[in-house]
Amino acid sequence: MNAMQEQIRSIIHKHEGLKKNLIAILLDIQSENAYLPPEALRTVASELAVPLIDIVGLATFYRAFSLKPRGRHLVTVCLGTACHVRGGPKILSEFEKRLAVEPGETTPDKQFTLETVACLGCCAIGPVVVVDRDYYGHTTIQRVNTILKKYQRGNKPKATKRVAKHA
Amino acid sequence: MIQLKMNGLEIQAEEGWTLLEAARFYGLEIPTLCHNDGLTEFGGCRLCLVEIGEGPRSKLVSSCTYPVEEGLVVHTDTARVVRARRMMLELMLSTAPGSKKLQDLASKYGLTHQRFKPRDEECVYCGLCVRICEEQMDARAIGFQNRGNKRKISTPFDARSEVCRLCGACMYICPACQLRCQGPAAETDICNACLTMEPTCLEEYGELQCWMYDAGRCGTCVQEKRK
Repeated sequence: MNAMQEQIRSIIHKHEGLKKNLIAILLDIQSENAYLPPEALRTVASELAVPLIDIVGLATFYRAFSLKPRGRHLVTVCLGTACHVRGGPKILSEFEKRLAVEPGETTPDKQFTLETVACLGCCAIGPVVVVDRDYYGHTTIQRVNTILKKYQRGNKPKATKRVAKHA
Repeated sequence: MIQLKMNGLEIQAEEGWTLLEAARFYGLEIPTLCHNDGLTEFGGCRLCLVEIGEGPRSKLVSSCTYPVEEGLVVHTDTARVVRARRMMLELMLSTAPGSKKLQDLASKYGLTHQRFKPRDEECVYCGLCVRICEEQMDARAIGFQNRGNKRKISTPFDARSEVCRLCGACMYICPACQLRCQGPAAETDICNACLTMEPTCLEEYGELQCWMYDAGRCGTCVQEKRK
């Protein structure tokens, strides 16, 4: 039994090995590994006696799960209606240009994953960009580079504090 | 027994029947695509729509999933129903114009005009293959993945599944895999073969010679209809 199987077994044990806790189990695996490796899903299927196709169907259905390895930081650009009219697509193309990846892809140095979202529910501060758990409202093309710099290797993200003050 | 009214007819149905089963029991024809007698109902193709209730509060429901109710008033072929079925057929046909089953249904419903750009996909997401794999073959090798416009039917990780026995049931039941008639008419979005073609054997021998007992609809020996 390798390390990953060991880890998955302990996660399943934590959730009492119940089929109804499948989403919670997958969420835990996702937060441990930053994505859902195929072997992990196979182990879950055999441990819970759930058909593998059901687990894959569930993991591909929800946006919270990823079957591809994600980078250290997840950059999410909102393209909902309000953010769209306020220039969300322009912000996205600036991120695409700076990171040289398409939405859904990860940079070769595994630092950033770029993704889009339909709406975050905070349209008043659109266009919105979320990096990990930090929200950046009223984003402009000029600010894209500043945002990325905060998360580049070696730099400690400081935005968490700033947002906490607002909240 | 449950009493209900279907197309003006007083009918009796057993408890637990669906409207589709009751209609077929009394010989009323309702078209279906995603329905199969050996599988659970899916309610995905919406071709079996019927109108229930009366007056302005009547509504369209899928008869394959709606259970019979005491005193229910059902109409299986109102103008609204036929319009909705045509629309569903047109949409599915634009997704998979290569499907014989869809082309036949389109001819049957007099669909001669295609407004949407054909996408030439080979799937209309009826879920028959997924259900036959799970319920009849007990394999669970294929299933729905992703969602929205990225939805697809595939094996886990798009690789050969360990539980698949290559039985071919999914291809046997697929309504989009069977190729459309290869008759003399030109390739268009809607072939309307059943409207424009007739079997050659009828003229030659005076009766249909179809081995498959498909009443000349097998499409292997068709010629253009004489006007």
